[in-house]
Amino acid sequence: MTTPAKVRLGDRVFAGLSTGSGVLILLVLAGVALFLVVESLPVLTADPSELPGERTFWSYLGPLVFGTLVAALLALLFAVPLSIGIALFISHYAPRRLARSLGYVIDLLAAIPSVIYGLWGALVLAPYLVPTYRWLAENAGWIPLFAGPASSTGRTILTAGLVLSVMILPIMSAINREVFLQTPKLHEEASLALGATRWEMIRMTVLPYGRSGIVSGAMLGLGRALGETIAVLLVLSASGAVTVNLISQSNPSTIPANIAAQFPEATGITVNLLIASGLVLFVITFAVNFAARAILARRSEFDGAAG
Amino acid sequence: MRTARIAAALVAASLPLTACYSDANQGNAGAVSTGLSGQVAGAGSSAQSAAMQAWIAGFQSANSEVTINYDPVGSGGGRDQFAEGGVDFAGSDRAFEREELAEAAKPCKGGSVLQLPLYVSPIAVAFNLEGVDELNLSAKVLAGIFDQKIRRWDDRSIAADNPGLDLPDLEITPVNRQDDSGTTENFTDYLHAAAPEQWPHEPDGVWPVPGGEAANGNSGVVQAIAAGEGAIGYADASQVGGLGIVSVGVGDGFVPYSPEAAAAIVEASPRESGRGPGDLVVELERDTTDSGQYPIVLVSYSIACSRYDDPVVAELVAAFLSYVASEQGQAVAAQTAGSAPLAPGLRSDVLEAIALIEGTA
Amino acid sequence: MPGPITTAALVGLVAVVLTYVVTRIRSGRRRATDRTVTVIVALAFLLALLPLTSLLWTVLSRGTGRLDLDFFALTMRNIVGEGGGARHAILGTLIVTGLASLISVPVGLLTSIYLVEYGRGRLARAVTFLVDVMTGIPSIVAGLFAYAFFVIFFGPGIRFGLGGAVALSVLMTPVVVRASEEMLKLVPAELREASYALGVPKWRTILKVVLPVAAAGIATGTTLAIARVIGETAPLLLIAGYASSLNLDPLEGRMATLPVYAFYSFTQPGVPPQAGIDRAWTAALVLILIVLLLNLAARLISRMFAPKGMR
Repeated sequence: MTTPAKVRLGDRVFAGLSTGSGVLILLVLAGVALFLVVESLPVLTADPSELPGERTFWSYLGPLVFGTLVAALLALLFAVPLSIGIALFISHYAPRRLARSLGYVIDLLAAIPSVIYGLWGALVLAPYLVPTYRWLAENAGWIPLFAGPASSTGRTILTAGLVLSVMILPIMSAINREVFLQTPKLHEEASLALGATRWEMIRMTVLPYGRSGIVSGAMLGLGRALGETIAVLLVLSASGAVTVNLISQSNPSTIPANIAAQFPEATGITVNLLIASGLVLFVITFAVNFAARAILARRSEFDGAAG
Repeated sequence: MRTARIAAALVAASLPLTACYSDANQGNAGAVSTGLSGQVAGAGSSAQSAAMQAWIAGFQSANSEVTINYDPVGSGGGRDQFAEGGVDFAGSDRAFEREELAEAAKPCKGGSVLQLPLYVSPIAVAFNLEGVDELNLSAKVLAGIFDQKIRRWDDRSIAADNPGLDLPDLEITPVNRQDDSGTTENFTDYLHAAAPEQWPHEPDGVWPVPGGEAANGNSGVVQAIAAGEGAIGYADASQVGGLGIVSVGVGDGFVPYSPEAAAAIVEASPRESGRGPGDLVVELERDTTDSGQYPIVLVSYSIACSRYDDPVVAELVAAFLSYVASEQGQAVAAQTAGSAPLAPGLRSDVLEAIALIEGTA
Repeated sequence: MPGPITTAALVGLVAVVLTYVVTRIRSGRRRATDRTVTVIVALAFLLALLPLTSLLWTVLSRGTGRLDLDFFALTMRNIVGEGGGARHAILGTLIVTGLASLISVPVGLLTSIYLVEYGRGRLARAVTFLVDVMTGIPSIVAGLFAYAFFVIFFGPGIRFGLGGAVALSVLMTPVVVRASEEMLKLVPAELREASYALGVPKWRTILKVVLPVAAAGIATGTTLAIARVIGETAPLLLIAGYASSLNLDPLEGRMATLPVYAFYSFTQPGVPPQAGIDRAWTAALVLILIVLLLNLAARLISRMFAPKGMR
């Protein structure tokens, strides 16, 4: 139907287009890094007296990195066991029909915009937690984490961590559920045939098989929690203090929330400062995602042995 | 691909729909063409944005051919964009300093920069204490509370300001802005001027004392105060709603915030010296002892050129600012943004300054 | 006095302990452990459902108040206080997300074709890896990137709709690549080989044989990708900004979008504040409804267009 030359032309164009798209992705990512670096450079050479609060970049950044990590790790602390519970419930406990629709609901929740989680956290969850924080400060105040004085508004870093954990629950449960469902049926049945109870079967087959999946799902959740902006901005009382006290009114801010709070009014060097903090966030999430991928990749190598 | 098409189709489909409704919003059947037409862009203070929206609404309704855009990028951004010639006028919570004026006048084609204190907004100190509706606090006590030196409500110094008031044995939760803001700058400026010993920090848009409850925006502060028993904070007076509001110590008495008292201090304070015509920068006397004046106010300026390239722009800016300065314009802002209407003396000065605006062509 | 949450936690703990003790006495250690874990798993599930139901209930109960015709018919132009709507923000969201899809879908689809049909060697591995990395870019970093990019050409303070679309496409493209890649891989190799055997060139094979088979799955994945980015707030806050009037031109001027509208209505509610806060909740509700519709659409597409025998 066509001459060979034309065939080659069509093929070349199409191959060129699709390869070009792949390269474009490379370029975009390089661009993200490059433009962030270019816009960040003025900060490193700037005189501290020009920066807000007259602090050096690193002393400005320190509390933010601390806050970002604390909030995200708190989120992970709650979300990991809960997501395993949800995933197990859907994959191995709930009746199949129920499990399917529950799966859809969880997927849908993963797509709820973060601004909504933020509104809910600020107006519903935070006030609700105040009595709990009071109780903690009174009864567990000897633990530095709950030293108090308890926040009277509930807008603490623990609340922020809780909101973040609710936000990353859906995606983590979805990943865990997928991994659990992939457990070879033969293993499960063999274990049940040997007289194991359901829990023993899960402990001996499902969890070991899914371990690396759980870890990488947790890393992905961690990545999300690190980068979450609006919800933290709305929920957290961020006064810049570096403290392990989780229930007081003075909390460190997080990098993304700080950017969103300061950016609309920022001019001059402050803009560069915020972009530089964004670059640091980019590097942190990059490292976390890199670790997650590495774990997943190792898992697929071992799949043959495990399966 | 398919979904993109669906999205495009949705957009296309909704366009005729929007066309039907596009006039529904003008909300003013009596809108008349006054001969003025064109577009003017402004940018700057977000504190002004509510009032600015009302002014724009009022002006556009009266002049249906005119579109005025105001971009609330923040005061610093507004000043920068003005100096770069990016916008025709700017709103700013502080005026250009004298040494900045040469730079700022660049887009003015040999004219000068006009700075008009058109938006005066009282900053209220609001609190949340069960059973307490009225509270008197002197500047020294306010400084002590916000510097976290006075930590409990039954502190002796608070009691001294409020004889006979039953104060609870409760922790004070001071609430401040976490974002850079003109409200914070004016509030710290007040504390710095009125209680220099108790308030060691320089005035700044970024809150200087760590460790308090921090919230984003006026509404965030108000929400935090409302949520926390024992909380006290400062916010734009229009936003504080049903919270208790502190009467601030002035001289020997205590003055509750009111638009009139806020306007009075702007009227009574001297103009900064060494400024050119139309550069009406007010040097607020925050440490006033006149009990008719409320000292915690935010003065936000409208900044314009005295000379524009385009005579249409010159005409529009002058007309718009005249409307803003008019009794009607100030009343609209008072109603919608809770600002304090300009006092008559200042208004005539402002109108004089606006008369300086001209087009070069 | 302990708060409601502490109380609930204590009740849960008591339930777990009771289950263990009772079954332990009745049926022995192993059964007891098994039963206890069942209770714990079910409790974990209920515990996770609590905040999620509370969230949905809050949005529903507070959002329906302003869910009227005006909300879809009016903008915030010349609106002070009560009334007004989000037509400009809804249209802005459609425009920005539509443009983001126009960028992401072709690029993402072609990249996935490259990865599945052409890609070998280091470049393909690098692209796969970087797509993974892109999936993890925090949304605010995408916004900063778009800002840092456009500021070079348009100067400081730039805010416009297309910038928002670019930021969103940075977030959306990797999702599209992943979804299409999975779908393309599912197309049986036999189909391709049959086509090659008939002398059809590779590019026509991909266009006429491979893509049609995978189309339903790709459309589903794309719809889900749109649902993912349509609620993004932070990047749009930085680069698209907020406007109270209708702006249909993505190349010029600030453009309101629904998530940013919700955010601003909440943080700068105007006078009296309650009207703005009501609008924020309604905007949140509309946003959830849009996401819900997109998810339903995705399921419908995959069900209606699934090639027979492929499921």
